[in-house]
Amino acid sequence: MKNILLITLLFPFAALAVDADYTLMIKDHRFSPSELTVPSGKKIKLLIVNQDSTPEEFDSHALNREKVIAGNGSAILYIGPLNSGSYKFGGEFHEATAQGTLIVR
Amino acid sequence: MFGTAIIVFREVLEASLIVGIIAAATRNVPGSRRWLVAGLLSGLFGAGMIAVFTEFIGELASGLGQEILNASVLGIAVLMLGWHNIWMSSHGAALAANARSVGVEIRDGRRACSVLFMIVGIAVLREGSETVLFLYGIAASESGGQASMMLGGLIGMSTGAATGYLIYAGLLRVSLRWFFVATSTLVLMLAAGMASQAAHFLIQADLLPGLATPLWDSSAALPQNGLPGMLLHSLIGYDARPAGMQLVFFGAALLVITLGMKWAASPQQVAKQS
Repeated sequence: MKNILLITLLFPFAALAVDADYTLMIKDHRFSPSELTVPSGKKIKLLIVNQDSTPEEFDSHALNREKVIAGNGSAILYIGPLNSGSYKFGGEFHEATAQGTLIVR
Repeated sequence: MFGTAIIVFREVLEASLIVGIIAAATRNVPGSRRWLVAGLLSGLFGAGMIAVFTEFIGELASGLGQEILNASVLGIAVLMLGWHNIWMSSHGAALAANARSVGVEIRDGRRACSVLFMIVGIAVLREGSETVLFLYGIAASESGGQASMMLGGLIGMSTGAATGYLIYAGLLRVSLRWFFVATSTLVLMLAAGMASQAAHFLIQADLLPGLATPLWDSSAALPQNGLPGMLLHSLIGYDARPAGMQLVFFGAALLVITLGMKWAASPQQVAKQS
C-alpha cells in the first residue's frame, strides 16, 4: 500500500483526477443505459450490476477494458481519463444483444 | 456457433501458446512431461474453482478482487518464466549435450520441473476460468441453439490447442544451434508481455497510474481482435491502446530477465554449475 501511495504521489496529475460515479445495468443480456455519457479528461469509476443469473464479461477494445461480472453480481471498473468521442463496449458472453456505447464529451 | 468458436479460441490460444513454448524449451529436462501434464490438470481444476467462486472473488477488495487476482497470478508467472530462462541459460547447453543420458542434474532438473508445473498450471488457470464461465453461461441459458454453440466451443478449443501444438512442433524443428535462442527469446517476450498485462489490471483497478492512456492507438493498423493481433497479444502482450505504465513494466521485465540470463551464462557461473 505504501508503495502504491508513493507511486501515486510521484504522478500528481494522475492523483488529481476526480472520480465520478456511473452505473451500468445488465438485464436480459442487454446494457441499460445502452448509451452512457461521461465527461472527458476525467477518470471514471463505473459500477456494473448484472441482474441476469448468468455471468457476463464487460469487454471493450476501444476502452481497453475486460472484466467478468458474476451472475446476480456487480463489479467496479475504472476507465480513462478519455478524450472526447464514442467508445463501443459489449458483453462478450452475449455479443448478439449486449452492446452499448460510452459517449465522452 | 462461429462467434462462440472465436471467443473460446481466443481464451485457449494464450494458454496453449505458453504451454507449447514451455514444452519445447524443457523437452530435455528429465521428467518434464509428467510435470507438464500435472500442471495442465491442476490448471484445469483451478480454472473450475475460480469459475465457481467468481462472485466471491469479484466482491473482494470492494469489487476489485478480479484485477488483483489476475495481476498477482501474472506477477507469479513473470517470476517463474524469468527464473526458467535464467536457469536455462546456465543449464540448457549441458542438457542438450547429454540429451540421451538419464540423471543429468536430476536435483536441479526437479526444481526446473516444479517451475514448469507452476507456469503451465497458471497459464491454464487464468485463461481457463473465463472459458468455463462462458460455456456455463451457454449451458444455463434458456434460449435455444446450445448444441451448436457447444460445438463452436469445441471447435475453438481444439483450434487453440492445435496452434499451441504447431508452435511446439515448429520449435522442435529448429536446429539445436538456434533452439535455445529461439525458445529463450519467446519465453522472455512472454514474461515481458505478462508484466505489461499485470500493469494493465492494476491500472484498471486504479492501484497504479496509467501515465499516458493510451500511449498510442494502433487499433486501425493492427486490431487486437484480429488473428495477427490476437497472436501478438498472446506472445508479446501486444496492446492496441496501451497505457504508458504498461510499457514501463514491459521494459523493466525485459531488462531484468536479460541481465539475469547474461549473469547466469557468464563463464564463472557456468563453471560453478559443472
